[in-house]
Amino acid sequence: MTMKRHFDTDLEDLRGRLLRMGSLCEEMVHYAVKVVVDRDDSHLSKVQDWERQVNALHIEIDEVCLRLIALHQPAAGDLRLIAAAIKINSDLERVGDQAVNIAETGVYLLKEPKIKLGDIPRMVEVAAGMLKDALDAFSRGDVELARDVIKRDDEEDRLKSQTFNELVTLMQRDASAIQRGMDIILVARNLERIADHATNVAEDVIFMVLGKDIRHSAEKI
Amino acid sequence: MAETKIDMRPMPLPAETAVAPKEMPVVMSVRDLRAGYGGAPVLKGVNLDIREKTVTAIIGPSGCGKSTLIRCLNRMHEAIPGATCDGEILLGGRNALEIDPVLLRREVGMVFQRPNPFPTMTIAQNVAAGLVLNGVRDRALIAETVEKSLRRAALWDEVKDKLDAPGVGLSGGQQQRLCIARALAVEPRVLLLDEPCSALDPIATGRIEELLLQIKDQLTVVIVTHNMQQAARVSEFTVFMLMGEMVEYGQTRKMFTQPADKRTEDYITGRFG
Repeated sequence: MTMKRHFDTDLEDLRGRLLRMGSLCEEMVHYAVKVVVDRDDSHLSKVQDWERQVNALHIEIDEVCLRLIALHQPAAGDLRLIAAAIKINSDLERVGDQAVNIAETGVYLLKEPKIKLGDIPRMVEVAAGMLKDALDAFSRGDVELARDVIKRDDEEDRLKSQTFNELVTLMQRDASAIQRGMDIILVARNLERIADHATNVAEDVIFMVLGKDIRHSAEKI
Repeated sequence: MAETKIDMRPMPLPAETAVAPKEMPVVMSVRDLRAGYGGAPVLKGVNLDIREKTVTAIIGPSGCGKSTLIRCLNRMHEAIPGATCDGEILLGGRNALEIDPVLLRREVGMVFQRPNPFPTMTIAQNVAAGLVLNGVRDRALIAETVEKSLRRAALWDEVKDKLDAPGVGLSGGQQQRLCIARALAVEPRVLLLDEPCSALDPIATGRIEELLLQIKDQLTVVIVTHNMQQAARVSEFTVFMLMGEMVEYGQTRKMFTQPADKRTEDYITGRFG
């Protein structure tokens, strides 16, 4: 009784573009962090190049969504997918920006003596894992995985606070470390924002699949 | 520079969000309605409470029974030879299937797919036809009702200078609004519309939709439509029918974003039908 629609191909294409954008963002985060942790500035140009691709996809995906709405007047699950895609598109573009910030901060830090990274390596693990799983949840429409991503955001916030405290203590002891300490705090802040964007993506997945809006604790996950 | 005052009070919810369907008064109750033609069942036991002063849209693929349902509501269905109709349609405590159809149709008016003004009558006579049929002779009252009905049907400004011109001389969209004015003239409690815009262009369709949104504060509207965007735009409640059964009935807002039944989802997203 159910028939395959041409519109399904368009929606698949939209999903594909978002996942491509998501993969680029994952790579960007991975290599941006390497600039900071491994002190290797060779990755900066890659990250910047991918950012241009992410920005182009950002515009392209918005155009696709507007075209699909205008031409098909989608309803129900189709409408929720497109609405989620518009929001996920924005979040991914911001993830790309955060990755560029991290890489650029990393390049600056290379000119300075090494400094303690606090919980940055663990923060990278959590944020990158959240982003990967949020995109997997989107790809499979997996509500349970999306819920799990949202729960992990608290861990990232905790690690950020711990890193802040550690670096503030260090800066109080050693004034020469203030600039570098501030930079590491900024990196921690960028990673925490990436985790927030992953959380938003996961919330959008739940909306897309169940039609439930759980943002701002409107409903317990 | 003048100080801008910001209203900090909470914004009221949009009307459709504020609707609490179960608390709204019911104007018509359909109970186990079964109808068909020459032994072939079309409606297989439909139960439906139509809420007062709302627009309810009935959607579903061709042959699902939506037109039969609406035609049962004012007993037009029985006018077809061999048609059968069984069950209850409660209107103000009476079973509509057991009262005089002429009296029923004063309370439950109908507008059809194709505009059908009386061809020998003027615009004014068309609107007044129901009143005259009901024995009203007071010219002043008739003139007043004609103007009021044409205004309610958003047609007055376009025809006020040619009330004595033939009704069939109007454009298709105007003729359909004339038919709505004719139905409104007898002050029905419920107005049934069977695909009222299917023969109209988008501008005329838009005018009818605007008109429905304006009159819904005064009476109950039930509209059968094939145009799902129209159902989404004009109605507060939507009924989805399939093969003679009511699959889903609920708030339009919810049905078009989060339908409860997979079959509704498949239909409104164009996967079948």
